[in-house]
Amino acid sequence: MTAVVTGQSTALRLTGVGKTYGRGQHAVRALDGISLDARPGEFICLIGASGCGKSTLLSLVAGLEPWTEGEITVAARQTSMMFQEPALFPWLTAAGNVELALRARAVPKAERRRRAAELLELVRLAGFGAKRPHELSGGMRQRVALARALAQDADLLLMDEPFGALDALTRDLLHDELDRVREGRELTVLFVTHNVREAVRLGDRVILLSSRPGRVSGEFAVPIPRPRRIDSAPVAELAATITDRLREEVGRFA
Amino acid sequence: MPSSLASGRSESVSSLVAGAPQSRHSRALWLARSTWPKLLAIALVLGVWELVHLSGWKKLVLPGPWAAITNLWGQLHTSLLWRAVGTTSERAAIGFAVAVLIGSVAGALVSRIAPLRAAVGSLITGLQILPSVAWVPFAIVLFGLNTSAIMFVIVMGAAPSVANGLIAGVDYTPPLLLRAGKVMGLRRLQLWRFLILPASLPAYVAGLRQGWAFAFRSLMAGELLVSFANTPSLGVLLSTDQDQSDLTSAISVIIVILVLGIVVHALFGLADRSIRRRWGFDTQV
Repeated sequence: MTAVVTGQSTALRLTGVGKTYGRGQHAVRALDGISLDARPGEFICLIGASGCGKSTLLSLVAGLEPWTEGEITVAARQTSMMFQEPALFPWLTAAGNVELALRARAVPKAERRRRAAELLELVRLAGFGAKRPHELSGGMRQRVALARALAQDADLLLMDEPFGALDALTRDLLHDELDRVREGRELTVLFVTHNVREAVRLGDRVILLSSRPGRVSGEFAVPIPRPRRIDSAPVAELAATITDRLREEVGRFA
Repeated sequence: MPSSLASGRSESVSSLVAGAPQSRHSRALWLARSTWPKLLAIALVLGVWELVHLSGWKKLVLPGPWAAITNLWGQLHTSLLWRAVGTTSERAAIGFAVAVLIGSVAGALVSRIAPLRAAVGSLITGLQILPSVAWVPFAIVLFGLNTSAIMFVIVMGAAPSVANGLIAGVDYTPPLLLRAGKVMGLRRLQLWRFLILPASLPAYVAGLRQGWAFAFRSLMAGELLVSFANTPSLGVLLSTDQDQSDLTSAISVIIVILVLGIVVHALFGLADRSIRRRWGFDTQV
């Protein structure tokens, strides 16, 4: 498949993006010459060994850190982000957490309550709005985090290993949820993971990053029709191919 | 504490909802369980006291527990004690309120403005270590023998703790929550109001609690040393008892002071526990 997308039909474009921490002798090159285009609605998975700068890349796109060279063009209206930890505010209820995201973009009060209830229903947490984060399971907390991310009315969602801390069964369920939530929306997703099967299960495209500095070292289209299962043969087959490539990559450094 | 704020570790699917609400029954049980050690401690103190009394040590001046309790009971029926309690409580409340106000404003400014922190950050800790009694001569010269002098000593004693509590809370706002807040689009004032201040609450309450202890001590020191006539306060009562070598009455007043301090301290304990419960720090597994 071609990655060349032009003008209007790009949600996110990275051109030769590089990031260096520190200066002079102690400078650490985290990312080097990353170029990437995402179509609106595309699901891109970034995969690589730990320390390859995947998370840094998301931070740059989210605007949490400055990049040192290249260009990042976010054409999406609104960007939101999910982390490996749910990062919910413990002093607020589940609904309160979602409502705060709505409040941050100045949604009126009455509207906030209604929207928060809708979003919690969307992630199958209807009736859990009054619970506090610690009263929910890990999977439910991540659902609240997803509802909160969606509350920002984002069309670009950055996900930094959001299901990494969950058990396999819960992760499977949340993959299905994510597919379902994206139905009927043009939600572009940049998803970081080190789980190859998860990447193939979810992505339209899987991008392989090399380590130190992080560079794009490979790209795989995922032509598997949806709905997909993480344990289906085509997913396993492609995942095996990618894993082999990843091993070569990791082997050079390990 | 901060690292555990938002940890969403994996849990089994079956434990969907953890931490059921506390029932009335278990609360009563908790009350009973937490009360008997205290009652035992009081009984122990009274017992040791009685033994000392029986041994005849300082027999002429040191009363036994029974005499002190009778004296306390008697004093509770005089208006003098209650007026003294009123005066002292009022001073404590006003002084502590002023200290909280000043401490909070100072803490907020210092935690946000880097040069200010470099300048006075360690000074605040220094003030916290300085016994507030040291301010008494200064206050008397500055304000004279009046309530203002006492208030000044209270504020100098308590405000640094309150300020430090808030500063610690702001410093330990978990970075992950800050990132989440920024991604959410919270900026500057909003970030403060909806994220940093609520996240600082536990440390702030701890600061208030400590500030209260310091305020109360400072108040007692102030009342003993800045005593002036016509206004009965607990400090003045103690001074009078000292002048008349009336140890029995003095012990009664000390008990009243102790109870007053503990009751307010316990209120902060309640606030602290309620925060812990709501945030899920309460692990009663």
